[in-house]
Amino acid sequence: MLHIVACIKQVPDTKVAKINPKTNTIDRASAPAILNPYDAHAVEEAVRLKKRYGGVVSVLTMGPPPAVKAIRKCIELGADEGYMISDRAFAGADTLATSYALAKALEQIAKQRPIDLIICGKMTIDGDTGQVGPGIARRLDIPPLTGVNKVVEINKEKGYAIVHRKLEDGYEVVKSTLPCLFTVEKEINDISFAPLPNMIKAARYYPTIWTANDLENVDRKQLGLKGSPTIVSKIWTPPKPKGGEMLEGTTEEKVEQLLSIVLEKKELFQS
Amino acid sequence: MNLADYQGIWVYIEVKDGKVAPVSLELLGAGRKLADKRGTELGGVLIGSGIKELAPTLFAYGADVVYVYDDPIFAHYRTEPYMRALLHCCQKYKPEVLLYGATPTGKDLASAIATDLPTGLTADTTILDIEEDTGLLLASRPAFGGNIMATILCKKYRPQMATVRPKVMKALPPDPTRTGRIVEERIELREEEMRTKVLEVVRQTVKKARIDEADIVVAGGKGMGSKEGFQLIHELADVLGAAVGASRDVVEAGWIDHHHQVGQTGVTVTPKIYFAIGISGAIQHIVGMQNSELIIAINKDPNAPIFQSCHYGIVGDALEIVPLLIKRFKEEIPKLKASADAKEEIRHA
Repeated sequence: MLHIVACIKQVPDTKVAKINPKTNTIDRASAPAILNPYDAHAVEEAVRLKKRYGGVVSVLTMGPPPAVKAIRKCIELGADEGYMISDRAFAGADTLATSYALAKALEQIAKQRPIDLIICGKMTIDGDTGQVGPGIARRLDIPPLTGVNKVVEINKEKGYAIVHRKLEDGYEVVKSTLPCLFTVEKEINDISFAPLPNMIKAARYYPTIWTANDLENVDRKQLGLKGSPTIVSKIWTPPKPKGGEMLEGTTEEKVEQLLSIVLEKKELFQS
Repeated sequence: MNLADYQGIWVYIEVKDGKVAPVSLELLGAGRKLADKRGTELGGVLIGSGIKELAPTLFAYGADVVYVYDDPIFAHYRTEPYMRALLHCCQKYKPEVLLYGATPTGKDLASAIATDLPTGLTADTTILDIEEDTGLLLASRPAFGGNIMATILCKKYRPQMATVRPKVMKALPPDPTRTGRIVEERIELREEEMRTKVLEVVRQTVKKARIDEADIVVAGGKGMGSKEGFQLIHELADVLGAAVGASRDVVEAGWIDHHHQVGQTGVTVTPKIYFAIGISGAIQHIVGMQNSELIIAINKDPNAPIFQSCHYGIVGDALEIVPLLIKRFKEEIPKLKASADAKEEIRHA
């Protein structure tokens, strides 16, 4: 029986979010909160491995109370258990403080049921860093395998996993001891449609929620803003470049002007 | 932690197929400026197997000192042994700043080092500066969706670390007469203690011109209306012999594969001609194409920010303009080819 934990995050949907033209920042009210799309692939892969080898899939998130919705989404995808850490003490965490808090929660989960494998998405669409997954692995002192786009084999008895890691021009086949942590690429799987029983279970599901006090051996100095070495010193709008020359006239005239501009670089077209 | 103990600007040197990765040379160029401003040394950390002879290249591109960890255990990149070597180097020589390419390897290694040291790490930086007197690194990157930049600092921890996107910084012209100091280091690592093994490396050759190497890129966005409308981008690219690029939202809508995404979370491109068609021009896209030689934007919204970042712009409906462009290029490009062939014949006559 494998125990796989997927770490997930609820994020604003940057795809539909509108930009406030005055502040140039994202208008959060316009952005519905969704399960980070990369994390959906992490949960999907965990569920597929459960089907292949048998086991239990847990999901873990850190976030404010409404993030329960993202956990419910994971239950729809086939996860069995949900855990959430939620506390003002976690607020303002950068990637280092986030991996610390999640690692503490994972240690707590592992006390109830030892963990064989942790799967994270490649990155979040709001932070765009991809640093939390490997950070968790280092904190738990297990091998991080980033860029996984195929799981070849998990062998719990012999204690190893074999995966493909994506390279810029191909992939490498890597064998690692268990437990270990994968960060997975989107291409690793296609998200399955949630079967009805999962949806019914999800609608009524309530995860285990822990505050900072519920976690054991936590050094509060390492949590949230206090535990974050990086700070955002300023947000600024880059000076606008002076802009390009606009081509005028009828559509046909504009096309002809553009044609002559492009074809001026004739060496590009003569080979 | 006594911040004054930490000195020097360092670059983690990525090696691929026995060569220094281009991004590492770019970072030496950027690092040289920081080191000169701060009045300190520029170091490179070179980890690999049989890589010592690369050190002169690093001097030529601006390094003053190269720390070398040369051992068969480093034959393939793996987090564990590389991390042990780089941690050893950081703890022994205490750099003030450590930069990595924002490549799969650079990001993997930087994340591990940041956790173990611990220190702060800024991801996917596009602008770097340093305060002359305090040595504070100003690492700026496009922030979260909006058309804004965030400057990130790490005040209380050293080294200050950042990953930097490929093709954003510029390498210096190499000076083969430059020399520097080589510091050879060793750490005890036993293969049988390593928890990961690379069993095989499979190179996949990509059929089409790689988007980051193409001379012309035709990129489309949501303004193409639908996956079917986006076909026009492919057609125009075919006529021009160009690679196809895309904005983030059309990739997420599933109109085209992620390999084609240009921008902060996709590929950075610097072609001779870049077409941005139906792309509004969010900053996260702009950072991926702004260094192109000639940028042409087509968008029906006259206020689209893309027009601020292009050389020539056309306000109009892409679905109307692109078919006309395809038709006219189909007529004109063969004429150019014919005239080139004719000249060739005259020369040989």
